[in-house]
Amino acid sequence: MSAPKTLFEKIWERHEVVPETTDTPAVLYIDLHLVHEVTSPQAFSLLRQQGLKVRRIDRTLATMDHSTPTDPDEIAGRVPIKVKSAAQQIQQLEKNCAEFNIELLNLNSTQRGIVHVVGPELGATQPGKTIVCGDSHTATHGAFGALAFGIGTTEVGHVLATQCLLQRRPKTLAITVDGQLSEGVTAKDLILAIIGKIGVAGGTGQVIEYRGSAIESLSMDGRMTVCNMSIEAGARAGMIAPDETTFAYLKGRPKAPQGVAWDKAVQDWKQLRSDPGATFDREVHISGSELVPMITYGTHPGMVMPIDGQVPNLSGDPVFMKSLAYMGLQPNESLLGKPIQVVFIGSCTNARLSDLELAAKLIKGKRIAPNVRALIVPGSQQIKREAEALGLDKIFIEAGAEWRESGCSMCIGMNGDTVASGQYAVSTSNRNFEGRQGAGARTLLASPATAAASAIRGCVADPRELI
Amino acid sequence: MEPIRLISSKTVVLPYTDIDTDQIIPARFLTTTTKAGLGQHAFSNWRYQADGSLNPDFILNQGTAQGCQILIAGNNFGCGSSREHAPWALLDFGFKAVISTEIADIFRSNSLKNGLLPIVIDAENHAWLMSNPGAGLTIDLQNSTLSLPNGKLVTFNIEGFARYCLLNGVDELGFLMNQLDTITQFEQARA
Ligand code: SF4
Repeated sequence: MSAPKTLFEKIWERHEVVPETTDTPAVLYIDLHLVHEVTSPQAFSLLRQQGLKVRRIDRTLATMDHSTPTDPDEIAGRVPIKVKSAAQQIQQLEKNCAEFNIELLNLNSTQRGIVHVVGPELGATQPGKTIVCGDSHTATHGAFGALAFGIGTTEVGHVLATQCLLQRRPKTLAITVDGQLSEGVTAKDLILAIIGKIGVAGGTGQVIEYRGSAIESLSMDGRMTVCNMSIEAGARAGMIAPDETTFAYLKGRPKAPQGVAWDKAVQDWKQLRSDPGATFDREVHISGSELVPMITYGTHPGMVMPIDGQVPNLSGDPVFMKSLAYMGLQPNESLLGKPIQVVFIGSCTNARLSDLELAAKLIKGKRIAPNVRALIVPGSQQIKREAEALGLDKIFIEAGAEWRESGCSMCIGMNGDTVASGQYAVSTSNRNFEGRQGAGARTLLASPATAAASAIRGCVADPRELI
Repeated sequence: MEPIRLISSKTVVLPYTDIDTDQIIPARFLTTTTKAGLGQHAFSNWRYQADGSLNPDFILNQGTAQGCQILIAGNNFGCGSSREHAPWALLDFGFKAVISTEIADIFRSNSLKNGLLPIVIDAENHAWLMSNPGAGLTIDLQNSTLSLPNGKLVTFNIEGFARYCLLNGVDELGFLMNQLDTITQFEQARA
């Protein structure tokens, strides 16, 4: 019998075109390459310069999300796209995909959305696949038991031209979360707690496998939220072994296998789990039952605390104090009750249907506080339609929130949606870096439940009080 | 790419940990479709004041930083997004190497592909560099060593294949293109 293997090792070995040696990295085959407007133009230029074609258009899928506006008038073409350079970038992607014959979910497509939302939604994301994208949150797709990671633009060019990448084999880290999450505690709180525990560089050079009863109990939406933020712990990728929840999600999706091919695929996917006795380079254990809603207070996702906690006092640390100065916070301060100006519910971390349903449940019949601008941005056009079919849009609009077309929006602030300098935003996105949501913007990362509760109260609020 | 062997320069120190790619180049400058001219936006949020003028307090705007090709930064440099615009901006600004105790994976990979050396060294020598801004260093890529003005010779590790490509000005895409027959066989075998 062969030695027990981890899920990561099984997928890695299936994709080694040429194994690594001391002199050369492995040539790793890529099953699915997702492309978006921001990190691809220079790669297409390279192909053009070198007279190369895209090797496998059937394994390449493009969408527009990052610099794409979410204002319904801009999307429908009733008004021009306000950010001129973004409009150009969108046009460039249209042109590149037409020239190289790549399937593109363009502005008019009913399937368009954030790249890490549409891949799974269309069933293109599947267990056992290697998936890359010029985007660090590609780890999201690992929720399906895929090996998915972000790459730079030069590598986007490599994959377009050869369908392969040169890669050194990363190390493995198992994070086991036992127990069950309490009411009001979500997958977002879980991953924020994990990052708080292992640190923003805790996963550098490693692929994380999340496991344990709390992980197995998560829906696919929740699993995607967890894997999505693996990069915020510095990890190359995050993954979860596929199970019945995964198969039920994928079944019948347009790009998933159908009929006999489906049954065969599921048989194969069932092999994709770490064997008993497989060893990881490192293991971390977390008790899921003890977790509470989490919120960030600083300028990276590792600066995180329980919602009812106090900002730590590290007044002797100049980097820490610089971060607090940017945030306008003091050591020992509590965040509960702190007035806020913006709530953003969106992004590839938390803009799926169950995220919107959770927010709507708390907002239903109430008003967004008058001092707050609440922006609710579905992760894809399909989620937008599903939410509208459930009447969620009405709940949000009647409460005084803005309901937008899908896209990255305020997560990255390069599409016209920004938080103004000095404003506090409770955001369901994944990065609270300085200026991430706009120059001078102060981001407090939290779950959709916390964001919704805070929108109603007009200040940072504990969602457990509203549930 | 031009081959890289030796880099000799004074250092400039950014005394912060976890400098993310949104600091190296904010997202609002990523709506470009070329690589050109990104140096003007490097560390934009720190380098410029709200009115667009240079922030005189920021180290990169001071006389001592001019012409420095080696950036010393706190732990976990380059964390965050996969934007290759980050090394493009640093190179266009004039940097040729970044030294830290830890450098984030994707940023490191992107840097190597563009000829920006991501150098990870031990905490002790790093601490010395952090507290001696302007130190004159020589980086010898062939021997993977860093000579400090205090006489110390520090070794560092850069992945062997990437180092070979940098030393010889070889493009990794060319290497992959040479594997196309093997890639085709792989595809046929699993079909
Ligand atoms: S939503 Fe935010 S993190 Fe996700 S892909 Fe878009 S910009 Fe990146």
